[in-house]
Amino acid sequence: MRENLHRFFRAARGAGVRVSPAESIDAMRAVAQVGFNDRDILRDTFLLTLAKTQDEKRALGECFDLFFSQPEPQQENAEQNKTDDNSESGANPSADEHGDTAGGAADADVGPLAQMLLSQDRSAISTAIANASGAASLPDIRYFTQRGIFQTRILDAMGIQRLRDDIDEQTTRNPALAERLQEALNGLRGTVRDAVSQALLLYGREEAENLRNEILRNAPLARIEPRQVEQMRTLIRQIARRLRERYSKPRKRQRRGHLDVRRTLRRNAAWGGVPFLTAWKRKHRDRPKIVALCDVSGSVARVSDFFLLLIHSLHEVVDDVRSFAFSGHLIEVSDILESNSPEEAMKEIMSKVGFGSSDYGNSFADFEDNWMSAITPQTTVIVLGDARSNNLDPRADILRRIGERSKRLVWLNPEGRMVWGFGDSEMPRYATFCTVVRQCATAQQLERAVSDIVATYQ
Amino acid sequence: MADTRPTASIEAVESGLAAQGYIASRQIATAVYLSQQIEKPILVEGPAGVGKTELAKAIAAWRGMKMIRLQCYEGLDEAKALYEWKYAKQLLYTQILKDKLGEVLGGAQSLAAALDQLHTFGDVFFSKEFVEPRPLLQALEQPAGCVLLIDEIDKSDAEFESLLLEILSDFQVTIPELGTVSAVAPPTVILTSNSERDLGDALKRRCLHLHIGFPEQKLEERIVESRVPGISQTLRKQMVGFIHEIRSLDLKKLPSVSEAIDWARVLVLLQAGELDTEIVKDTLNVLLKYEADIEAATPQISSFIAKASRQGVFS
Repeated sequence: MRENLHRFFRAARGAGVRVSPAESIDAMRAVAQVGFNDRDILRDTFLLTLAKTQDEKRALGECFDLFFSQPEPQQENAEQNKTDDNSESGANPSADEHGDTAGGAADADVGPLAQMLLSQDRSAISTAIANASGAASLPDIRYFTQRGIFQTRILDAMGIQRLRDDIDEQTTRNPALAERLQEALNGLRGTVRDAVSQALLLYGREEAENLRNEILRNAPLARIEPRQVEQMRTLIRQIARRLRERYSKPRKRQRRGHLDVRRTLRRNAAWGGVPFLTAWKRKHRDRPKIVALCDVSGSVARVSDFFLLLIHSLHEVVDDVRSFAFSGHLIEVSDILESNSPEEAMKEIMSKVGFGSSDYGNSFADFEDNWMSAITPQTTVIVLGDARSNNLDPRADILRRIGERSKRLVWLNPEGRMVWGFGDSEMPRYATFCTVVRQCATAQQLERAVSDIVATYQ
Repeated sequence: MADTRPTASIEAVESGLAAQGYIASRQIATAVYLSQQIEKPILVEGPAGVGKTELAKAIAAWRGMKMIRLQCYEGLDEAKALYEWKYAKQLLYTQILKDKLGEVLGGAQSLAAALDQLHTFGDVFFSKEFVEPRPLLQALEQPAGCVLLIDEIDKSDAEFESLLLEILSDFQVTIPELGTVSAVAPPTVILTSNSERDLGDALKRRCLHLHIGFPEQKLEERIVESRVPGISQTLRKQMVGFIHEIRSLDLKKLPSVSEAIDWARVLVLLQAGELDTEIVKDTLNVLLKYEADIEAATPQISSFIAKASRQGVFS
């Protein structure tokens, strides 16, 4: 039973539930108390001891149901299958009755697997599959690309070679039997394929998801396919949650150990300065204030879309975000983003300012005329764009004034550093006035950039 | 009377809690049973008003133990949660004892001798007398054990969690000046959280994790029945059915069990025989706490009532 518990913990890890050794010990102690008799109580026990969030509970619940719907490998039976090759029909009289129409005819000539298939003993077959899966260490399966190799391994372990020989032999001697065997073999392949798929579902889900996310994190945002947009949104939401957890700590905290002498003296004036009541220094932290200027023209639009989604899902961390979108001219889009779903908001923004040829100079001028007062010495200004201004006046002087007014001025450029300054890119000219300039083309770079910006306020 | 023996079975937990008016689902009973068997704290999460705090109260009442409650909030620190030196008392004593000090040291011939004599008094001012025990230390000092409720742990700072780790895993605290204080009898610890922020893995690892969601219809009917005995069966079925319909809406704050009980009380007070549109409209503010929610729910009232009463007919 202990072996089964370990296999279950492994399956739980595969399902994305982080089971630490300490938790598995707890679970074992708990199981020892409640026993295995009542499946519902056993399920509750695992949910209580192993899963520590609601998502994990759901995943573990599914995993539990899947795991216990599988046949358990039965050691005794396996031994039997190996030892009594030929006397198998004797051991299973009930199964033999079903298969005796053709099974009895060529019993002695075919291998154990063929006999098993002919006798149509379903429980024996599933036991054999389970044992072969154990031999092929099926619980190690991680990726869907491994399905083929595990199928082959399991079939090999079950003795498919002998079965093939049998079929070849019988085609000449007894074509009807060969045909039956061929059919049974196809059926067996299907069953094994299902077993492997189920194992993949059980043990490999987390890995597969991690792999997919890893690929997605490093894919250039501007060039992802439409079907991946939804996945990317999910990923961005995950990133936002991670950043929230890391940075949404309280702003005020009492710092014991540093006496606030002035306040202490004032408070204790009534007792002639004997300090009965003490006052301690507090440290105050600002939450980030962000003004984001996003280019929504052409290839930058996608990146801006995800960037705005990320910034606006950071309510707990960021006090105040004002977003502006521009291509030919600039508008404020904070309200559109707050009141609509991400898809609709982006559509609306695009219909208002998108798809023009970008004019950074004009857009900066718009910003200076209308919203310059939004920038305070606590504000971080983020400009997201490729700085390709179609050879129009870049108005770098406005950017300099923005930089002087703000705490930091960060420029995120989706293009690689190699091409900055070539063609109509004004990046080198703008870069002189920025506190930080970063390349920002993938979700991972986006996460790092935003994480750094927020971290400067901690 | 205190009963510190572990309970025999999950059923016993269930009936014991039921005797205190707390109708527990199977999962809750299993959690309570296991926490006693393997001496682990329970971390209870779930939406507001599903009876997380009530659970602790019910356990305390059922087992006849004292309940000590620590309400967490932003900025809670060890001085408020664990122990504090009675600083003012220490200061006052030194002021009063000033003259006494002269007498004691009067016999000393030199400064060194006076210092030696002072040393013999040792750490008078840092002894147990001057420790003000706060909830966590109090819980450890209860001779008959107790139920320690650490309420809304998610409101406290991340640093405070680390402070709890020692008490949760070993049932002891360390006071630098006095040494380690171990629990006389291990308390039953219940932590509650509204999931405002995610708790640290270290804390979660030390606890059984119990999630209490909105109860199923049958269970909720039993809860209302036990809390508001005066309500008729048809009305109870209808109102619980109605609340379940409301919970399917997309609202800011869904009505939870405590609201259901309040509403049942209100309906009994108004002597309503069964639900109708008029009375629901008048009392909807008991269930829903936001103007926008009430507005969203109002147009649906009559269809929900119809659905709820249909259910009543068939079940």
